[in-house]
This record gives sequence, structure tokens and C-alpha cells, in this order.
Amino acid sequence: MILTVNGADTRCDVAPGARLSAVLRDTLCLTGTKVGCDAGDCGACTVLLDGAQVCACLVPAAQAEGHAIRTVESLAADPLGAALQAAFLHHGAAQCGICTPGMLMAAMALLARDTTPSEAAARAAIGGVLCRCTGYTKIVDAIRDAHRFHNAPPSEEGGVGARLPRLDGVAKIAGLDRFGADEAPPGALWLRPVRSPHAHARFELGDTAALAARGIRLLTARDVPGANSFGIYPDIKDQPVFCDGYVRYRGDCIGALLGPRAAVEAVRFAELPIAWTPLPPVDMAAARLPGAPVLHLFRPDNVLSTGRLACARDAPEEAHVAEGLFETGFVEHAYIEPEAGHAERIGDTISVFACTQAPYMDREEVARVLGIAQDEVRIIPSACGGGFGGKLDVSIQPMIAVAAWITGKPVRAVWTRGESMASSTKRHPARIRARAACAADGRLVRFEFEGDFDTGAYASWGPTVAGRVPVHACGPYRVPHVSAVARAIYTTNPPSGAFRGFGVPQAAIAQEALYDALADRCGMDRLEFRALNALRAGDTTATGQTIAHSAGLPACLDALRPHWAALRAEAAAFNATPGPIRRGTGIACMWYGIGNTGMSNPSTMRITLAPDGTLTFFNGAVDIGQGSTTVLTQIAAEALGLPPAAFTLVLGDTTLTADAGKTSASRQTFVSGRAAQDAAIALRAAILRLTNAGEGARLSLEDGVLRIDGAPVPIPETLEGVGRFDPPTVPLDAEGQGIPYATYGFAAQIASLDVDTQLGTVTLRRIVAAHDVGRAVNPTLVEGQIHGGIAQGIGLALMEEYLPGRTENLHDYLIPTAGDVPPIDIILIEEPEPLGPFGAKGIGEPALVPTAPAILSAIHDATGARLHRVPALPHRVLEAMR
Amino acid sequence: MSTIWLQPKTLPEALAMLAADPALTPFAGGTDLYPAQAARFAWGEALPEAILDLGALPEFWGIAADATQWRIGAGATWAQLRDAALPAEFDVLRAASCQVGGAQIQNRGTIGGNLCNASPAADGVPPLLALDAAVELASLRGTRTLPLGKFLLGNRQTERAPDELLTAVLVPHRAGDLRSGFEKLGARHYLVISIVMVAAMVRMEAGRIAEAAIAVGACSAVAQRLPALEAALRGSRPGEVAVTPGQLDHLAPIDDARATGAYRREAALVLVRRLLARLALPEALVA
Ligand SMILES: Cc1cc2nc3c(=O)[nH]c(=O)nc-3n(C[C@H](O)[C@H](O)[C@H](O)COP(=O)(O)OP(=O)(O)OC[C@H]3O[C@@H](n4cnc5c(N)ncnc54)[C@H](O)[C@@H]3O)c2cc1C
Ligand code: FES
Ligand code: FES
Repeated sequence: MILTVNGADTRCDVAPGARLSAVLRDTLCLTGTKVGCDAGDCGACTVLLDGAQVCACLVPAAQAEGHAIRTVESLAADPLGAALQAAFLHHGAAQCGICTPGMLMAAMALLARDTTPSEAAARAAIGGVLCRCTGYTKIVDAIRDAHRFHNAPPSEEGGVGARLPRLDGVAKIAGLDRFGADEAPPGALWLRPVRSPHAHARFELGDTAALAARGIRLLTARDVPGANSFGIYPDIKDQPVFCDGYVRYRGDCIGALLGPRAAVEAVRFAELPIAWTPLPPVDMAAARLPGAPVLHLFRPDNVLSTGRLACARDAPEEAHVAEGLFETGFVEHAYIEPEAGHAERIGDTISVFACTQAPYMDREEVARVLGIAQDEVRIIPSACGGGFGGKLDVSIQPMIAVAAWITGKPVRAVWTRGESMASSTKRHPARIRARAACAADGRLVRFEFEGDFDTGAYASWGPTVAGRVPVHACGPYRVPHVSAVARAIYTTNPPSGAFRGFGVPQAAIAQEALYDALADRCGMDRLEFRALNALRAGDTTATGQTIAHSAGLPACLDALRPHWAALRAEAAAFNATPGPIRRGTGIACMWYGIGNTGMSNPSTMRITLAPDGTLTFFNGAVDIGQGSTTVLTQIAAEALGLPPAAFTLVLGDTTLTADAGKTSASRQTFVSGRAAQDAAIALRAAILRLTNAGEGARLSLEDGVLRIDGAPVPIPETLEGVGRFDPPTVPLDAEGQGIPYATYGFAAQIASLDVDTQLGTVTLRRIVAAHDVGRAVNPTLVEGQIHGGIAQGIGLALMEEYLPGRTENLHDYLIPTAGDVPPIDIILIEEPEPLGPFGAKGIGEPALVPTAPAILSAIHDATGARLHRVPALPHRVLEAMR
Repeated sequence: MSTIWLQPKTLPEALAMLAADPALTPFAGGTDLYPAQAARFAWGEALPEAILDLGALPEFWGIAADATQWRIGAGATWAQLRDAALPAEFDVLRAASCQVGGAQIQNRGTIGGNLCNASPAADGVPPLLALDAAVELASLRGTRTLPLGKFLLGNRQTERAPDELLTAVLVPHRAGDLRSGFEKLGARHYLVISIVMVAAMVRMEAGRIAEAAIAVGACSAVAQRLPALEAALRGSRPGEVAVTPGQLDHLAPIDDARATGAYRREAALVLVRRLLARLALPEALVA
């Protein structure tokens, strides 16, 4: 058939029922159109069909024939398209970029009718495209602003503090960034995992000769050449690549079909020789009963890990007490890019191209599973279409590596949305009992916390959650008596892993609810109660750590105070008229330790200047959309004294760059940023030595010519600067005492919302977020992180609940759309952290933590109802009101 | 994905193909079919083998009026229903069309597909029930017309015989002071399946409700009209007759991931009350 794509008629030899998205990507190699679900739910595949936006995944090729198809690849040549792309770049509207092509096309359909759309029109136009990174705010801004970008106004340049457009942004807005599913070596075999439909079962595999006759091989546990297991902790490698007769969750992988794509995709699992013996599922309550099935032999009580903290200092007398039980459910990362990549054996080495947040950890896992040395494994991170913690664990990497290793052929895999959701890690569901007490004057006296966290079938990051939660449990306040226990419990649920905040968002829901109650009991304003108790520089935390610097919570609260007063007054005025809609204002605070908990987590950065003037930044930090590529370059540029544009970037590839550690725990700006700063300082010193120039000398580098204070200087040999930074910490002892983190991010957020007291629905009106980030290296990117974190916090509070087998798609599992994120005011507080690069700390996770508690606080303020379980679905809000 | 894909160019040709192989799955906009396939594919389940693509049938498109009724082609998309110049009684359908999925789904999903898919949460059903719509079914054996309420039998079940296609939705003409509206309740703003939705059409005469038609969706396997309430409202002044829980007794809402059955029942009552209050206000005429 002949398809008219971007103005050209193209003959395609495809099945009439092939999805247009697949035809564009696989047949026409127009991989700018992305696929996130194949079900119309995410909009990543949005293209224009006769000018109207459609999901290419829902259009059969037969119905596209004879119609004008327009994809992201056509935008640059169209003045309106180019202007829109420039506006996206300028506003930081693309973070990971996986939703960007769909967003651009949806926006094009609108701009073609109306070049200066209203905010409501812009939101409606992108209502069908999900973005998990940005919170939509900057996308809406970019769409409305596109008309100003016809002769693209120059964006800001510069080092630390500049709103520099992301350095990897041009590829993202052009649809040219290479995500895991966007490329594969020619002739790659297709790998398709076979997963357990049961939460808990034994199984036997029969004879697979019938498959072999169709050119398909079923890889199983027996085919794994090295250890058939992986896991985050070196001593707890408890997750098999392919299960061996026993599955522990729905989605557990029992094998993988390998062969030509069409043959593999034609297999129906019912034809496979698998005999299942289902076993009763084990939830948290069942797991702790005497005689419960032991899910992993090395943990006979099914308790994977327990974290504790106990401290008792001088305290005023207790006058008021508040306590409660709080529950949260599984939350899905819902990155728009499902897991994808390819592997290739090259002699006795293996190369894996895949989406990841932790290439060096992937390398260890792959080496172990293949039984080869780590330096025989090369991990090349693809562009990562969102991670949020979910791509810290390996997913496809071990199995495609095994397949490529034993067959010697290149192998690729792309998971479906359903498979991604069923198999990937989740946020730990929590069941938290907590009790807080304060003195008559409002000073906190005591906080007791006991939390059980459903760590699911495998350990993943469960011990990290159990370790991090007790430290953060009492919140960013001075509390003389703290006792906190957090347990990670094995069940037959999906493995819970790392998800933006490592358990802290769940704990914050409990802690902030109790502090609201205490404030009410002592008749204090909720903000002032927090201000009274807020940690400040010089205070000692419950772990015995004295925070000497950069404790900006009081400053955050000071900045919020006028907003708080205004929003409260607005609510009071609104509520003076009776009606079913009640307005409420809520507040919550948070703190977040940057980097690993009491454990080494170094990063190494390297910058070289070659004799031909090439300045190369070897940066192993994976930018999963949060902006580390840009931010680290800005830091290096500032410290070196050359503009960011002078750098050639070599990014996260385990062969070419040093280990920067994983992109998690909000650590890249702080840890890798400091390493980048030190590398740049070292290189600058080497450069200055060339002419014995003074510290303050001015450098320039143009057309390969290095100048020091204006005078050209030849570069005799490649100069190098290496920086390594490992934040100083002291491991926690049995009582949870030590210095778990070198620095902390602090924040407070206010939520203003309306509750329909007859329907239980919540409509957000505004969020005001004050964040102490130490130093905003790139304010646009910091704002983007805060917007995105808030959007995820909104999801946690109001709509997200993953139920295995029931919400395994983006239709039933709801994440916020462009219509669900209200206007957000951001106040950046910069209390410099002396250890950080130019004073910077982290922002990735802090942004999410206070949002849900602030929303719950506002619901309580509006209705008097306290939600003890999230998400606050309408029926739960109504129930809580009774 | 499917091995057989037939794309007839005329309705008779389509009906002949379907008569020859009633196992063919009709395919309109694909916005229900493709997602269902994706879910099955993820778990290695069987997919429909043979498709009858209705995309090229000229008889399917267009919205037109004859002397007695409006004829909405089964292939009318939500976007067409949203943008068509239809009289006030269709406000209810227009409002529903604006809230189905996002713009992409509105541009592709069809009313015929929505009815044939017969989801309890299909947003097209309550408005059309309130408008006393009928469906036209065609096969080589002939054409028949069924009231929508008779066509829908249950969750994903309809009266459609395997050799029949739904060709049009028929809505009788009405005259007078007509007001209609739609209330959809979901847990997010765009792209959301209804927890409850309510559609209503009222005809006012000299300040009284001469006729009321109210339907509630997602609270039973098939959306239901509220006959007791409609009867009670007839001849009353707006606000005079209270909506009582008893008038919703025949609904049978279920518990699912989106809400509890008890909640649905309660929310339906609230939405019916609000919608009626809104329609009784003269401003509703301009909205
Ligand atoms: C992201 C997303 C959001 C959605 N949101 C909503 C929503 O808010 N509200 C809502 O109600 N629905 C929603 N839907 C469901 C869907 O879009 C609608 O039901 C749509 O109207 C279906 O029409 P279609 O033409 O795409 O149907 P198809 O997928 O083509 O067909 C649906 C079914 O009807 C049959 N069929 C179609 N046409 C005929 C015919 N003429 N004769 C006989 N059989 C026929 C098919 O065989 C199939 O069984 C959503 C879907 C998606 C993917
Ligand atoms: S891939 Fe088409 S909507 Fe998600
Ligand atoms: S930028 Fe939108 S999903 Fe990542």
C-alpha cells in the first residue's frame, strides 16, 4: 500500500491491520513516533491524520492509506513546527523526552487553528498525552508561547545559575533521541518473556520440540550460563532471571521465547508445555503468621530487613498526643517508555544497549549472570524515557544478555505496557502505626513509628527502604524522643523497589497527619507549629547528626507564610457561603538525605583538553530526564571558566566513562556535581600552569585555540582533570545512630483545594512549593523537577493504586493528566551546602515527598475528614467524612 | 496482527462478507479493539484472527435529518458529534462526546463502536437512552430497528446477530423547550472511564416539566433509565419533586477498582439532582 507520510508517498509492504505506529517505526524507520502502551492510553504515538491528532497505535495501516500522515520528523521544516520545538527547548518542556513527539503533534493540531491558545485550550489539546516527568506546566507554557519563537529568541547561556536549555534537548524535540526501542542491530532475534499469570505457583516445563520446529527456542533457567539470579544487594541476589519451577508473583519470568519476531509474537502461551500448580497468595498479614510459607529460605520469617532508630534526649513534658494507622498501596512508576534494548556478543565480550538508571550496576549483574568478568561487559545506556527508581533494577538486561551470549546472535526485546507493569518494581505499600506527642506550648516531645513495607517477591531495594525510613520518620523537626522501626516483608506481590523517595513519601503521610492533629490540639496554626519545631542549622537530628549548614526549612516556611495567610483567607471567605463545595488549605514539610544511607556512594568525573583544543567531559551519570547532563556541564563550565558550549560530551557508557554511581537518591547534582567541579578545578589548574597564570586568569577556547587572558597558548599534550567525590557519612549503628547523609534537602508545600462534600471529589486549585536546593544550578531544570515531583505526589494522593491483575495498563491505572495538575508557585531557597558544587544539593525526590501530605492536610481542613489510606479516591473521601 | 483483514467498499459487500463468515470481527475506529488486543497479547492470549474493516464504507458516515428522525451513521466519531450543528436536545450527547477519552480518541472512536462494545461505562449510552434512540441493524437478511434499551443486553452483550452490522443510530425529532445535559464523574480530568454518569433531557412547557428522560450509566451492566423519577417529574415545576433514593433502586452498581457500589449509588443520586437543577435553570439554555 501507499502511505502519504510527511508529504511524500511511500510504498510500504505491510499488513493492512498493522498499527500505523509500528509501520512508521519499523517499516519507515521514523522512530520519532514513540510507543508507550499500544492502547491509546499514553498518547506517545500521537501523529496527525489529515491534521487531526490520533494515536498511531490505534490506526490500522489500511485506514491510514489515502490520508495525510504527519509525524514529528516533519516539524523542523515547518515554521510553526520549528517555533514550537524552539519553545519546548527554551521552556524545558522536554525532560526525558519520550512523550515529547506526541506532545508536539498534539500541540500542532491546536496551533494550526489557534496560534495563541488559552491555557485551557492548551491543556485540553494535550489531555490525551501523558507525561510522567514534567507535571505539564512547562509544556503548556511552551505551547502558549510558541508564537514568540518564530525567530527563535536566543536562550540563556552560561554556567551555574543560568537557565541554559538542556544540552541533550535538541535530539529530544526532534524525535531523534535513541530510546531503548529505537534501534537494534540488523538481524537481531526477538526475545519475548513468558510470565506467570499466578501470584504464587509451582510449575513444570514439558517438551519444547514443537516450538523448535517453528524456529523458536524457549530459554529457561537451565540456559543461564552463570548465576541464575540478580538483585541490588551483593548478599541478597534473590531474583532469578528465569524461575526454576517456582514463581513468587504474577509477572515472574519463567522463560523467554527467542526467534524471528513474527514467529515469537504468534505464540500463544496456552500452547506452551507449562503445567501450573497454583499456591495460595501470601500478603503482608499472611507472611507474618506462624507457619506461613517461607518465600525465601534465608529469611524463614519472611522479614527481609528491619531498620531501627531510637533516641532519647532531654524533653519538655508531654501534653498532647496524636496517633493513627496509615496505609498506602502499590504505586507504579509509569515511565512512558517500557523496558527495551538489545544485546550483542562480540567475541568474548557482551554489549548491552538498554534503558537504565544504573549502568555500572547493570554491568555487575550481567557479568554475574553470564559468569564472565565485569570488564567483558559493556553497558551503553539508551536515552531513558523516565525511570523514577524503576530502572535502577535490571529488567531486560540479564535475559537479552543470556540470549545473545548463548546464541552468538544479536537479540532485542521491547516489553509491552502490560508486561512492564506486571513485572517491574513498585513503590512499597506501607502500613504504618505512628504516635506523636508535644508539650503544651507545641514543642515536639516524642515520635513513635512502626511501619511494615510490602517488599513483594524479591528484595530489590527493600533494605534501602527499611534503612532510610527510620531516619526520616519523624520528619524535619527537632524531636527529642524518637523510636522508629521499619520492616520490609516478603510477599507474593510484585517486587517493591526504588521509587522517588524510598519509603519517605509514605512515612511523611503519617508524620504530617499527626503533626496537623497536634497543632490543632494545642490550638496552634499548622504552619507555625512546624516553624516552631523545624530543624535549623546547628540542630542535632534523631540519628545524632548535627546539621551545621544548609538547613533551609525555616526559610521555606517564612517564604510560604504570606501565601498561607492569603490562601487561608480565600478559603474562609469562600466557605462563608454554604454549599456542597468546601475549600481547604494544607501544608506539609519534608527533608531528604541526599545519597546512600550511611554508605559510600562515590562518583568520578573526568575532563580532558586535547592538543587540538577538544575539551571533553567524560560523564558517567545517566540523565534520565532530570537534567544531569546539563547541570554537570554547567558546574564544570563554571569551575573551569569556559562556557558549556565549549564541551564535547561523552556520556554514561561503562567503557568510556568512569563510574558516577547510579542516578538515584537525588545524588547526581550533589555527588557527581561535586566530582565535576573538582575535575574542572584540576583541569583549570593544569591549564593555568601552562603559563603560570594567576588564579583569576580568563580562559577562552574558540576554533580549537586556547587563550589565557587573551593570549593564545599551545596545548603541548592532553591535559586532564579528574574529580572524585564520596559524601562523608558514618554508618548507622543498631540504634540508628550515625551520620547517614552528608546533606539534606528541605521543603514545605501548601495545597489549596476544593472538596465536593457530596461526591468526595477533590479539585486542586494551587500548590505553593518552597524548596531549599542549596543552589539552583539551572533554575528551569529545578522547577521542572519540582513540577514533576508534585504531579507524582498528586497521583499518590488522589488516584494511583496498582492492583496486580486489575490495573496493569494506563487505562485502569490512572496517573495525572494535563488537567489534574493545578498552577504551581515555586519558591527556591538557596542555603548553600559547603560540600556541594557551588552550594547545590539535590531535588529529584524532595519535590514529591510533601505533596501528598499537604493535599491530605487540605482535605482535612476542608471537611474535617482525615484520610488514613491513599489514594483518596472519591468513595474513600466520602467514607472518611462519615 | 490479524491474519485476515477485509476492507469492503460498500455496505452490501460488507454484509455479504459477514454473511459468508460471521466470525469476522467488525472494526470501526479500533479504539476498543486494539487496546483489548494489547492486553491479550501481553499475556500471550489469542487475538481475533479475522477482521472486517468498516473504515471504507460510505454508508457509515454522516449525520442527517429526515422528516421523522435524525440519522447518525454508526461511523460518526465523537469529534463529529461534538462539532455537528445539532439541536438542543443533543447537548447531552455533545457534552458526553467532549469528555470521551482525549482528542485522539474523539477523532477516531465511533458511536457505533461504543454501542456494540457495550461496556457498562460507555459514555454514549446514557445520552442516547435519554433521547429514546434506536439502532439500525443490517444484514443480508434485511434491516431491523431496535430501541437502544433492547439492543443492549448486558456487559459486552448485545442483540446484534453475528451477521449483522450496526449501521445507524436513529433519534426522533422533538419540538418545544428542550434542555439536556450530561454529568460524568471520574477520578481524573482527561482520559478517564466513568465511575458514574448521568444523562438527562427535559421538555419544559409553561414552566412545568412536560417530559423528562433520565439515564444513569456505570451503575448496572447496562445503563438504565429512571422511569419512576421521570413519571414523578412529569407535570411538576422544577424543584417541586424531590429525587429520592427509591427512584434509583433498580440500579445494581458493583464494587471495582474505581469505586464501591454503595458510593456509585450515592453519587448517582447526587448527579441526578444536580443535573436536573442545572437544566431547570434558564441559563442552561445558553450553555
Ligand atoms: C484512551 C481511551 C479512552 C477512552 N475513553 C472512553 C470514554 O471516556 N468513554 C467511553 O465511552 N469510551 C471510551 N473509550 C472506549 C472507546 O473509545 C469507545 O467505546 C469508542 O466509541 C469505540 O469506537 P470504535 O469505533 O473505536 O470501536 P471499535 O474498537 O472499532 O469496535 C468496538 C466494538 O464494536 C464492534 N463494532 C464496531 N462498529 C461496529 C458496527 N458498526 N457494527 C457492528 N459491530 C461494530 C467491534 O467489533 C468491537 O467489538 C476509550 C478508549 C481509549 C483507548
Ligand atoms: S502508544 Fe499509542 S497511545 Fe500509547
Ligand atoms: S518528559 Fe514527558 S514523559 Fe518524560
